Amino acid sequence: MAQSANLELVHVSKRYGATLAVEAIDLKVPADAYCCLLGPSGCGKTSTLRMIAGHEGVSEGDILIGGANVTDLPPAKRGTAMMFQSYALFPHLNCVDNVAFSQKMRGVEKAKRRAQAMEFLELVAMTPFAQRVPAQLSGGQQQRVALARALITHPQILLLDEPLSALDPFLRVRMRAELRRLQRRLGIPFVHVTHGQDEALALADLVVVMNKGKIEQAGSALEVFEKPASEFVARFLGGHNVIETPAGMIAVRADRVKLVPELSNLSRFGAAVASVEYQGASYHVGLEGGGARDLSAILNDAEFAATPLAVGDRIGLAWRDEDIHPLSPAS
Amino acid sequence: MATSRAPLESQGLPGWLQAMPFGLVFAAFFVLPLCFVIMVSFWDYNEYEMIPAFTTRSYTESFEGCLADLPNLCTMLATYLSTAKFCLIVWALTLSIGFTVAYFLAFYVRSATTQMVLFLVCTIPFWTSNVIRMISWIPLLGRNGLVNQLLMSAHLVNAPVEWLLYSQFSVALAFVHLFTFFMVAPIFNSMMRIDRRLIEAAYDSGASAWQMLTNVIMPLSKPGIAIGSIFVITIVMGDYITFSVMGGGQIASAGKIVATRLDALQFPPAAASAVILLVATMVIIGVLNRIVDIRKEL
Repeated sequence: MAQSANLELVHVSKRYGATLAVEAIDLKVPADAYCCLLGPSGCGKTSTLRMIAGHEGVSEGDILIGGANVTDLPPAKRGTAMMFQSYALFPHLNCVDNVAFSQKMRGVEKAKRRAQAMEFLELVAMTPFAQRVPAQLSGGQQQRVALARALITHPQILLLDEPLSALDPFLRVRMRAELRRLQRRLGIPFVHVTHGQDEALALADLVVVMNKGKIEQAGSALEVFEKPASEFVARFLGGHNVIETPAGMIAVRADRVKLVPELSNLSRFGAAVASVEYQGASYHVGLEGGGARDLSAILNDAEFAATPLAVGDRIGLAWRDEDIHPLSPAS
Repeated sequence: MATSRAPLESQGLPGWLQAMPFGLVFAAFFVLPLCFVIMVSFWDYNEYEMIPAFTTRSYTESFEGCLADLPNLCTMLATYLSTAKFCLIVWALTLSIGFTVAYFLAFYVRSATTQMVLFLVCTIPFWTSNVIRMISWIPLLGRNGLVNQLLMSAHLVNAPVEWLLYSQFSVALAFVHLFTFFMVAPIFNSMMRIDRRLIEAAYDSGASAWQMLTNVIMPLSKPGIAIGSIFVITIVMGDYITFSVMGGGQIASAGKIVATRLDALQFPPAAASAVILLVATMVIIGVLNRIVDIRKEL
């Protein structure tokens, strides 16, 4: 298929009037990586994606695709294709014509572009629905059509704007596996915007955590989860306890926290059980104490069964020294 | 599922009862009068009175000689043809102007406030009556009107241009002036409902501005175009004031046939021509409905 290209953002900023949506970010996405831009709403991840796509002007900085500067090129000249949030399929066209749309714009004649479109519908297993219009399709089916429509241009990079947010949780898990498989198969970089950390961790080779227009951390899913660079990253990814200690902020993974009797000498500090949630294979215990809120411990069901806890119980928190991850002060 | 549905259905009044008030108004002020008109159109008449006896006289007289005269057109057919011609001209002009204005409002004006303000500005002419707006053309287009004075003083013409007023031109002009807004409003409404992401998706697929217009915006504005077309076509088909005032009594129209017969107090023939007009208009709308399924698009 299309040759893949790496993507590079050099000091890219986006200004809307006086507000800075994206602040001088630098990012390199390797040619075969699945990259997730992760962050809360308003963090600048969507603006970043739209700048890469060419739907949003770049205030400062440059965007390079495969070494070529595309900062001022229109979307169709960049070799990118975008899959829009809620898919933006043309409601008046059936699946074939939706997928064939960009080929029609290029002046490819009808029979040929429809044949090409059918190939791409086959790629996403939508051949039986080729003659239907979007209103007759489920969310998951619409997404496949949108994917086929984006891929028919043989893009060097595929950009996905919250592609899974419109799906129900069950379908979301299935579709994300499919996206991953497709990315491997095509061998082109995918840049995927999401606010779901589980999605980013499950999919990405490169997780880029953004906050307030800046990149807080960029690294492999493992790196980002094991060694969050800042308090924000640790909190946003979840599964971490952020604790103030005399030596500075530290993060301890919730599944590494052990609950011991409060007076045990293993206990680092005492806390009260604020909530107990059964999650199937594990229990999620919410804790309060030691001046810290939002503490939690994840216990596997066997551990929990051995020493059951109820809301209000006093308990001691313990963890091994090697589970301590120091955090740089919040920026 | 069943448990969640039951309370919904039992809440409030049944549907037919909710539709009743409007149904009654509709029956009293539309269905009933229409039935009367159809009934009267089948009555007999003489110089002084209507005679409630069934006859198709009004219809046969309306179309008298139409078959025999072919290929020459009888008055009725010629009038309808001429009215249809105006319809077509006015429709084409209001559509192209209306579409352009709506496009400008919907896609070029960025702020919602400016959009609404400009849209309301479009309605200002409706603060005065149609007749006054028509008459205001007269000092402009008349023999010694502003336009002719300008043309003369600029030495573009030697004698006043005669076809500016009381002509087909002035009738069409007045129609376009009066009714373009009836195109603008529904098309604007359709355009505002187009998801802006579709525009971006088309742009992402490499569509040029023209391709965007023909492949995305025009197909998705079809319901608005159809509704605007119905407004304009029904108005022009039934109009007689504009034809009278701007045509200077020289131009026949389907609506004027009805008016003339009413003036002569010949109610059954007037009713018959009204029914003929109604059928003709419905045929046009029917054809339009074939092209765009309006009910589906609403």
